[in-house]
Amino acid sequence: MGARVKKYRFLAVGLFMALASQVPWAQHPVHGGGATFPFPLYAKWAYLYKAKTGFVVNYISIGSGGGLEQISARTVDFGASEAPLPEKALEAERLVQFPMVAGAVVLAANLENLKPGELRLTGDVVARIYLGKITAWNDASIRALNPGLKLPDLPITVVQRADGSGSTWLFTHYLCMVSPEWARSVGAATSVRWPVGAGAKGSEGVSAFVKTLPGALGYVQAAYAEQSKLLTLALKNRDGTFVTPSPSAFKAAADQADWSRAPGEAALLLDLPGEGTWPITGASYVLVYRDQTESEKAAGLLSFFDWCLHDGAPVAAELGYVPLPEGAVRRVEEVWATQLKSGGKALWKPAGGPVPKVK
Amino acid sequence: MAEPSPAPAENRRASRKAPAPWGDIVFKGSTTAFAFLVLALIGTICVVLYSKGHLAISTFGFKFLWNTAWDPVREDFGALPSIFGTVVSSLLAILIATPISIGIAVFLTEMAPPWLQKPVGLGVEMLAAVPSIIYGMWGLFIFAPIMARTVQPWLKSTLGFLPLFQGIPMGIGMLTAAIILAIMIIPFIASVSRDVFSLVPAMAKESAYGLGATTWEVIRGVVIPHTRSGLVGAVFLGLGRALGETMAVTFVIGNAHRISASLLNPSNTIASTLANEFSEATSPLYISSLIELGLILFLITTTILALAKFMLWRIEAQVKGAPR
Repeated sequence: MGARVKKYRFLAVGLFMALASQVPWAQHPVHGGGATFPFPLYAKWAYLYKAKTGFVVNYISIGSGGGLEQISARTVDFGASEAPLPEKALEAERLVQFPMVAGAVVLAANLENLKPGELRLTGDVVARIYLGKITAWNDASIRALNPGLKLPDLPITVVQRADGSGSTWLFTHYLCMVSPEWARSVGAATSVRWPVGAGAKGSEGVSAFVKTLPGALGYVQAAYAEQSKLLTLALKNRDGTFVTPSPSAFKAAADQADWSRAPGEAALLLDLPGEGTWPITGASYVLVYRDQTESEKAAGLLSFFDWCLHDGAPVAAELGYVPLPEGAVRRVEEVWATQLKSGGKALWKPAGGPVPKVK
Repeated sequence: MAEPSPAPAENRRASRKAPAPWGDIVFKGSTTAFAFLVLALIGTICVVLYSKGHLAISTFGFKFLWNTAWDPVREDFGALPSIFGTVVSSLLAILIATPISIGIAVFLTEMAPPWLQKPVGLGVEMLAAVPSIIYGMWGLFIFAPIMARTVQPWLKSTLGFLPLFQGIPMGIGMLTAAIILAIMIIPFIASVSRDVFSLVPAMAKESAYGLGATTWEVIRGVVIPHTRSGLVGAVFLGLGRALGETMAVTFVIGNAHRISASLLNPSNTIASTLANEFSEATSPLYISSLIELGLILFLITTTILALAKFMLWRIEAQVKGAPR
């Protein structure tokens, strides 16, 4: 009997220690929630940062809608969304918005005997395909763009995201910019009323559809196209060059964007000028409260973001995201220094680094 | 767990003599509470769905039920494409699954040698234990390409003159979803049918055999008539399950808010619309419309399940009342 009790006590102590080891030394784990698009990256960043500093960041990917709701209800420390909030909403909710990372959306098709980037499309042709006006791969307007290619007499199976997503937000905004008809009849949002095509759930769903359906055309996050070895298409950019999707083309867009004068830091990365600029690029935004109640926790969170923007950049590139250019990072830190307060005091030094606590 | 200390013998005897009266009361009270908890839960679901969907209900009124638009940009929402997809995919699934399931049940109760009954019965029930996401992924990665390459082109070339089989053979769409759904509900219909068949009095069957009837005649003339309402109950149970199935359907139905005559075209169901769009819906009217869709699905499935219970109750009453 006594031995048994001892064994249980031993087990209980073991269990307690196992649980305790999960509890960080840091007193303030921070919680974030929102978009699914940057989730793999935020999870990786949080993991690496915890291993380095012990500071715990929990990010749950509940969707941009959920993220906005949670941050409005003040149940999370930060929210994340692809669709930037307009300035008015930021003002009303007393939020600060800044970009963390950029990403690109690429077009992928299921066609035989073609190399990536070999088939060229323009934004207008893509819009007409998604409107159901162009239905076959050997349509005259596609042939006109690809004089040297032999295009099959195959119907185009249009694939889109069925779930609301940042990719759809970027893609439809791009179509609105290049096609007045798209802007008039469909519009842009995280999910829209698609005139034709089939919807798949998630980027992995779109990749699967494109991979399995002959003649399929879909849009996916660049990282997924890369992972699934999809046939990506070249797209004509604003300067009139046909650009093959590549990290350097995405980076060109991030470099072109005017981060310093964007209202609510919502710089638009779509359809930017520049010879090698990929036209469908966008940023993923983080939302935090303007007035932070716990200064220590807020400083910890900002230090984490700071680490992500600098030391975390190679990790982002590895996962298929586009790290923010130097100018954008400087701008983000400026925003932290000027707009974030705790008890009326600044939290971040303009030169970088948290404001040391005055005892 | 620590061992309970052995109670003294007298103590145990005493408790057997006079059971504590409060034990029964507590037991009865708690079981009643559990039962009512279910009712309270259903009531709460109903109330919450209604109140959260109120914005959409008051904005669109009954027009929501027959509006075919689903436009998050212009905030114009209608349930008809989703209701259509839900009902048609489920009915098609029932159409496919019912004959197969009844075939399985007949084989298991009337024809299979005893050594085969157990493994086949177990196998059918195992199908019910496969998670629906597995059916979905199998449907998308393995079944849809087969449909796209062989089944749908064949349907198009032979029956393509019908509006039912026109359009691009994508592999995904209404027909694929209905077949996957059928596979998923077969175990439910088959096992209930088997149970109902085994309720047929042996006397009736033996008498028919005694009169020289063949197995087929016994099944057609004795077993099926005897169990008709039970079978309907089984089918309704399958239907109820098909209506609410989410994950597998979302993978293969093509998720398009359009009503189309062709079974090859993509469509949508209420459950898959909810699964797809809920997480990224931001505007209050959008969320409210999705919740109203949920309310509609809740009402449809509740009605179907109530009907099924009613049918099962009737067959039981019939069998009990039948002369032996």
